[in-house]
Amino acid sequence: MAAYNFRHALFCAIITLIISYPIIGFNLEAQGIKVTLTGADASTLTMVLLAAVIVFLFQLFRENILGALRSIPSPLPEAKKEPMAENRRAKIESWVLTGIVVLALFWPFFVSRGSVDLATLVLIYIMLALGLNVVVGLAGLLDLGYVAFYAVGAYTFALLSQYTGISFWLALPIGALLAALFGLVLGFPVLRLRGDYLAIVTLGFGEIIRILLNNWTTLTGGPNGIGGIPDPTLFGMEFGRRVKEEGNTSFHETFGIAYSGEHKVIFLYLIALVLAVFTALVIRRFMRMPVGRAWEALREDEIAARSLGLSRTAVKLSAFTIGAFFAGFAGTVFASKQGFISPESFVFLESAIILAIVVLGGMGSQIGVVLAAIAVTILPELAREFSEYRMLIFGAAMVLMMVWRPQGLMPMRRIHIELKKQE
Amino acid sequence: MLEVQNLSMRFGGLLAVDEVSLDVQEHEIVSIIGPNGAGKTTVFNCMSGFYKPTGGKILFEGKEVQGKPDYKISRLGMVRTFQHVRLFSQMTVVENLLVAQHRHLNTNLISGLIKTPSYRTKEQKSLDRAAYWLDRVGLLDLANREAGNLAYGQQRRLEIARCMVTEPKLLMLDEPAAGLNPAETKELNQLIISLKEDYNVSVVLIEHDMSLVMDISDRINVINQGRPLASGTPEEIRQNDDVIKAYLGEA
Repeated sequence: MAAYNFRHALFCAIITLIISYPIIGFNLEAQGIKVTLTGADASTLTMVLLAAVIVFLFQLFRENILGALRSIPSPLPEAKKEPMAENRRAKIESWVLTGIVVLALFWPFFVSRGSVDLATLVLIYIMLALGLNVVVGLAGLLDLGYVAFYAVGAYTFALLSQYTGISFWLALPIGALLAALFGLVLGFPVLRLRGDYLAIVTLGFGEIIRILLNNWTTLTGGPNGIGGIPDPTLFGMEFGRRVKEEGNTSFHETFGIAYSGEHKVIFLYLIALVLAVFTALVIRRFMRMPVGRAWEALREDEIAARSLGLSRTAVKLSAFTIGAFFAGFAGTVFASKQGFISPESFVFLESAIILAIVVLGGMGSQIGVVLAAIAVTILPELAREFSEYRMLIFGAAMVLMMVWRPQGLMPMRRIHIELKKQE
Repeated sequence: MLEVQNLSMRFGGLLAVDEVSLDVQEHEIVSIIGPNGAGKTTVFNCMSGFYKPTGGKILFEGKEVQGKPDYKISRLGMVRTFQHVRLFSQMTVVENLLVAQHRHLNTNLISGLIKTPSYRTKEQKSLDRAAYWLDRVGLLDLANREAGNLAYGQQRRLEIARCMVTEPKLLMLDEPAAGLNPAETKELNQLIISLKEDYNVSVVLIEHDMSLVMDISDRINVINQGRPLASGTPEEIRQNDDVIKAYLGEA
């Protein structure tokens, strides 16, 4: 055993060296048009060696270290307490959530513009993750091309505004409905597929949409993207310094306050907040409705569900369509926030991140998914000072998370249903 | 009410079911027995629409149903259980029963979102029906447990309750007593008789437990190697030489 451990540890250390030395140990330096390869300085090389030694030691004493970690008592002693009465818990939960939403309404007026901008992005990811949660977490259909519906929503708004000058508020339902239609269209060919096969087909679908947007230059502008997407207006009031469209007034003039670029950012944040809350509430209702139970039944046991009269077609298509609908929502908000979109924003990595949010948060759990969306969006920002290593840290955090809490941050709780006793 | 005529099912070169016929009248318990691998479950799978039979007819209340999709057959009122329990194991007991009543509910999304009165009444009715059947099979206290955490015998009973809330006319039970202890088998025995007597449901039963079969069946069909071997009342089957041979081997 000891000999095996030693060999294994040595192997791991050598792998660490082989991987990290060429990546970190050399620098490409550009001098004019010439690129030269220079070795990194001594301190970097020591770090590489040190990393290899750490890996070696960890692998050598792996059993002991993990054993010691396991013996640390759980930091949450309450976890062992009796659970609260079900209705009391639900009441407290809804009060706390309402409180958080109210706080979130006033929060942007006291913080910097950058934070509000980031928070808007978080809210967009929350919408996306809640929508994907329907498809993956509830219906159990592994969808790797979810970003396609996001792109459909964003491009619908961008194209319609470019060609017909449509406003944000009209584009919002159109974008969502069109994304839902795409969800329905994708649903048909994949009706019979499950698991890995479904994942591959949806992955392909996501790429088709992106490549289509990239290559249909006459319509979408290809890789150059589409710019000049209008900001949302508030009852015909614009947030720019000058009014762009005939008949509109500007926000700061109407209220007689000085112009500030922050108004627009805060307004977008508030729209995203309202939409995210709307998304959460609607999906929460769905989960308690027959359609939500049918999704879960299909995930649990398709054959049993069919034997009880559930039509696989209807259940799967509804999950795809509703999931896509909310991605369309998020896409429209995203287009309006950025003012410019290109296929670059809708690559596979986005799908992967949204999926990671759902899995990290806990499949099917809404609160978990919201928490994970916040963490996954903000973590890379907080880790900015580590510059190029931040994705590494992000990845490590995910691996650790999955090792220690594979069920996600907040696993889904079953809804408690009170039954009357039969007389 | 159910008539199976010359049913055949061929998988490639294997003729799993060969010209099997049986019929079920209203208010009747009919059993299908036979050695392992005789094709009993295949007959069930054809009847419930999981397989498309390669030959023969299945008439339910006078209408041909062979080859119809499984969920449509189930909606006609022919509902089955499975040899291995198939519950929605991560959902609670009561949710299992609510899913089963899907077609009795108002599934319109909008009316569910704004909770229209018709949606509420139907939802309440389905909850009442679920509560009634949970009480009937003795699982009311476990209503909010996850179905996967129940004991095996409870899971079996839940599966039957889940079929009954769909208000079927014909119930198809595939080895319901498998894995039950004698006391549980006895309870099951009474439950099946009561389904027939009190709820006017016809039952088709596949079972290996001979005491259960002989006790409650009105008629028995014996299948051996995909072919019908004998059919008749329990008394006739008990004395049938072919059946004895098939079960005990040639003397």
